[in-house]
Amino acid sequence: MIPERWLNLGILAALVAVPIWALVVDEPFIITLVTRAVIFALAAVGLNIALGLGGLVSLGHAVFFGIGGYAMGILAYHAQTFTPLAEWPFPIDGTKSMPVIWLVAVTTSTLAALLIGLLSLRTSGVYFIMITLAFGQMFYYFSISWAQYGGEDGLSIYVRNGFPGLNTLDPIQFFAICFALLCAVLGFNALLARSPFGLALNAARQVPHRVETMGLSPFRLKLVAFVISGAVTGLAGALFADLNRFVSPTMFSWQMSGEIIIFVILGGVARLIGPVIGAAAFVLLEHWLGGLSDYWHIYLGAILLGVVLFARGGIVGLVARAHG
Amino acid sequence: MSLLDLTGVEASYGASQALFGVDLSLDAGDVLALMGRNGMGKSTTVKSICRMLPAQGGLIFDGHDLSRLRSHQVARLGVGLVPEGRRCFADLTVAENLIAAARPGPWDLDRVTAMFPRLAERRAQRAASLSGGEQQMLVIGRALMTNPRLLILDEATEGLAPIIRQEIWAAIADLKRETGLAIIVIDKSLAELRQICDRAVILERGRTVWSGAFADLDHETSEQFLGVA
Repeated sequence: MIPERWLNLGILAALVAVPIWALVVDEPFIITLVTRAVIFALAAVGLNIALGLGGLVSLGHAVFFGIGGYAMGILAYHAQTFTPLAEWPFPIDGTKSMPVIWLVAVTTSTLAALLIGLLSLRTSGVYFIMITLAFGQMFYYFSISWAQYGGEDGLSIYVRNGFPGLNTLDPIQFFAICFALLCAVLGFNALLARSPFGLALNAARQVPHRVETMGLSPFRLKLVAFVISGAVTGLAGALFADLNRFVSPTMFSWQMSGEIIIFVILGGVARLIGPVIGAAAFVLLEHWLGGLSDYWHIYLGAILLGVVLFARGGIVGLVARAHG
Repeated sequence: MSLLDLTGVEASYGASQALFGVDLSLDAGDVLALMGRNGMGKSTTVKSICRMLPAQGGLIFDGHDLSRLRSHQVARLGVGLVPEGRRCFADLTVAENLIAAARPGPWDLDRVTAMFPRLAERRAQRAASLSGGEQQMLVIGRALMTNPRLLILDEATEGLAPIIRQEIWAAIADLKRETGLAIIVIDKSLAELRQICDRAVILERGRTVWSGAFADLDHETSEQFLGVA
């Protein structure tokens, strides 16, 4: 068992070392693979704020992932076709600028999370799971029927969006952007967990009525957590669409929501680096097992079963002491 | 005007009515003993004040009608509760328990840990690892950190070792002497209540049957309603 802080630093170091090694030996595919893991990790770090801190099992986080993806897809589509996004009340053009796209992705997923949270947080337990799932399906079917933006076929974006001063088409530079965002969000997450808000949220998860008698509304605490969580996952969605230069309704699917939950559970619920380890392990397994068999999900299922039954704290719980 | 005014408060747990008419009033700086045998409605009265239970009747705190408010809003007005059973947030450390719901005011981490030196020594320890007495101090400290104007202590010394009980009673006496905080105390120890409380209210089957200055509480009354002399 090692202190958790060392594990956190070790994992982040490995996430830097592998792409640099891949750059040296000229294996751009590995860089892309690690970038994929980093983006999934970001999505899962987002979910972990709701699930780990707030105890909210959201089976609808693909909504935010998809909104982020479509924010990128729609803005870039209008930019590449030179058509305006809207004519009224004033002309709005698409954009190929990553920072602008991120801002739109985060804003729209924040609003969606606020709306979904306001409705679904009135329930709890299995009802909360079902209502978030229902929202996910609504967005999924809406995107399928949204013919203007590709419907079921999705939208292809020909050139990756730009970031001032960087060549985003270079895999290592795009990786650097994603990794920097992941680190920033992890830092924010660590501060959040130790802030009075994070502590109160943690307390509200343990005994909701007790925090009420202390002057805090559990509903409001959970809503704020859900909104922050959705915004982070939305940002990840925008990056994922940019990685693939493609966005489709799959990003909204309930399987996607399930995978984000798997990242968190596999790595370790409520542990800072848990979602990162979970996402990295998932991408590794997907690549490695996927090479062995088309039915690699069976093996993934067995591994997940093992983690849930024998390692409640996920992979982090197996190797690191709590409160290191 | 009193700080807290309950008139004819009634409350039920589902179909079974528990309060049939509780009257109680308390001024700023008063320390009041809420007494009665088990099951007579002491904790239910507290739950009614804190809106943890729907209640009818007059519930006025500092001019605000509590029956229109939700639990957390009552707490924000300045009603601090130390609930029965001393449950702290087991997964959080002592310091984290204290700052989780802190609000600005004279009570901060330093002042609370100065009041309970045992907590100061264990600031970084998880609450679950504390002894029962330390947990009780932590829950009192947590309520003080919300900077209330009325502190309600529901069986704060129950099941604790005598030396710990003494420490807690000493802390309550300090609170009374130094802060002028209004306090409602529910406790079984008549002797200790007599030392600290200015006034007393006795409940019997969900009704206020006696209220007045603690000094006026005579043997017959306490024998009749409390079963002790």
